[in-house]
Amino acid sequence: MELTSPTEFAKRKVQAVQDYTLLAAQSVANLFRKPLYFADMVQQADLIGVGSLPIVVLTGFFTGGVLALQTSNTLQRFGSITLIGQLVSTSMVRELGPVLTGLMVAGRNSSGMASELGSMVVTEQIDAMRALGTDPIKKLVTPRVTATVFMLFFLSIISDLVGLAGGLMVAKLFLSLDARQYWANAWQVLVFQDVFMGLLKPLLFGFIIATIGCYYGITARGGTQGVGRATTQAVVAASVLILVTDFFVTKLLISVLSYK
Amino acid sequence: MSAPTLPSDYVACPPDQPSTSAVVFDDVHLSFEENEVLRGVSFRLPFGETKALFGVAGTGKSTILKLALGLLQPDSGRITVLGNEVTRMRELDLFPMRAHLGMVFQESALFDSLTVRENVAFRLIEEKGIYDDEIDRRVREALRFVELEHKLDLFPSELSGGMRRRVAIARAIITQPELLLYDSPTAGLDPVTSNTIVELIVKQRDVYKTSSLLVTHRLQDAFTMATHQFDLQTNQLRALPRGQYCDVPMSFLILRDGKVIFDGDVRELAQTRDEYIREYIS
Repeated sequence: MELTSPTEFAKRKVQAVQDYTLLAAQSVANLFRKPLYFADMVQQADLIGVGSLPIVVLTGFFTGGVLALQTSNTLQRFGSITLIGQLVSTSMVRELGPVLTGLMVAGRNSSGMASELGSMVVTEQIDAMRALGTDPIKKLVTPRVTATVFMLFFLSIISDLVGLAGGLMVAKLFLSLDARQYWANAWQVLVFQDVFMGLLKPLLFGFIIATIGCYYGITARGGTQGVGRATTQAVVAASVLILVTDFFVTKLLISVLSYK
Repeated sequence: MSAPTLPSDYVACPPDQPSTSAVVFDDVHLSFEENEVLRGVSFRLPFGETKALFGVAGTGKSTILKLALGLLQPDSGRITVLGNEVTRMRELDLFPMRAHLGMVFQESALFDSLTVRENVAFRLIEEKGIYDDEIDRRVREALRFVELEHKLDLFPSELSGGMRRRVAIARAIITQPELLLYDSPTAGLDPVTSNTIVELIVKQRDVYKTSSLLVTHRLQDAFTMATHQFDLQTNQLRALPRGQYCDVPMSFLILRDGKVIFDGDVRELAQTRDEYIREYIS
């Protein structure tokens, strides 16, 4: 294995950040330049959104359920078991719904985008597209970014909802709580800041998932091995970035919205 | 169609008529990290002419095609294609220019998730505003040119290597570009399929008068192109008598270690005294 000097390594990393930033900026700027490739956006929305629905529903439902199970002991000890609806609701809407949905979609779609675009790069299909006078960023990246941002927003809402349903199942079947009381608590505890935070995060996560997946795909080198490497790196980078962004966005929103 | 040997006794061709060039490379240098691929490459491709690029592997032949398309940018030097200085153009401005060019990639580079019809129609669909009937008519016409009209609904993975190459040619010529770039279009194909591809390239040159750069390792293909013309009446290649070789708009460019060591027509190639070239073409 060839050793790289620290300077060279740093240069490469800075170059990669610059390239990623340019790609992300171009993918947004292309929304204001014709043609818009609306049909490709719809196709990607179907692949990303509808295709991810089963895993998002399953993840959301069982996360809500396990959240209720894990916290029921502690709540019972303080005689506050009726607050379980509130706890599941705020946790799912503020945090777990967007983050877990983001991670699931990153696992499924960042890898898919990286491998699809990576294969196109190594078989010269991207060069062929450029040679035919079509901008591959406009044709391939922008529709994926738009579709992921749009669909992750709705997938997160669905995840929140089925998470609450999972919590309800546990509350009713294992903790013998009243379903109406659970729903009333879960609903009434939510304030504007919760919903705002819960709906802003998927927009950012969707952008991260698609741009990271496309970036690793477009920059894939070294044949099928390179495509495999790009796929793995895309999932890891997207997942880590989602968690890091989640922390800072949460901190920022808590400060900005004077939120407790 | 037999591959001809290079004749040694030539009737002198008249001097070149002054013409505007489709492609001009002027002192082009390009390095990939430590490896200097092109070292001051300069040449001109007149309109209507086909120039065959030769050289051992790694001498920068395919790189020249990618530079002409603006897919790569040189470290220094100037490249002009159809009057546009591609070395000064932004990527966004290159896209409209590329609509006037056609490229046939070495491995065809067909879009594997699209059918033959969609691959060939790609450029027309991207242009927008062209009716489906018109697209269909032109796709059939382009596929008829490469004799693959009946393969419309197949995917590239369902085609043989030669068929994929022919579909790539159909995709490149569907808009009748002013300049065609062929990257080893006959590499790895059997002799019969290679001859079919050569016939198509000559047909494009002689019927549509398209300028082209052709990268190849197969000398016999280039000599066939230099000594034959396409006969529209018989729909096949016709060998020319020796005295008429200079009527064929065909030239040769040989690269060695990133430099041009020969640029001329078949007559000059036959008369060269350069030991390396003589060994290369023998």
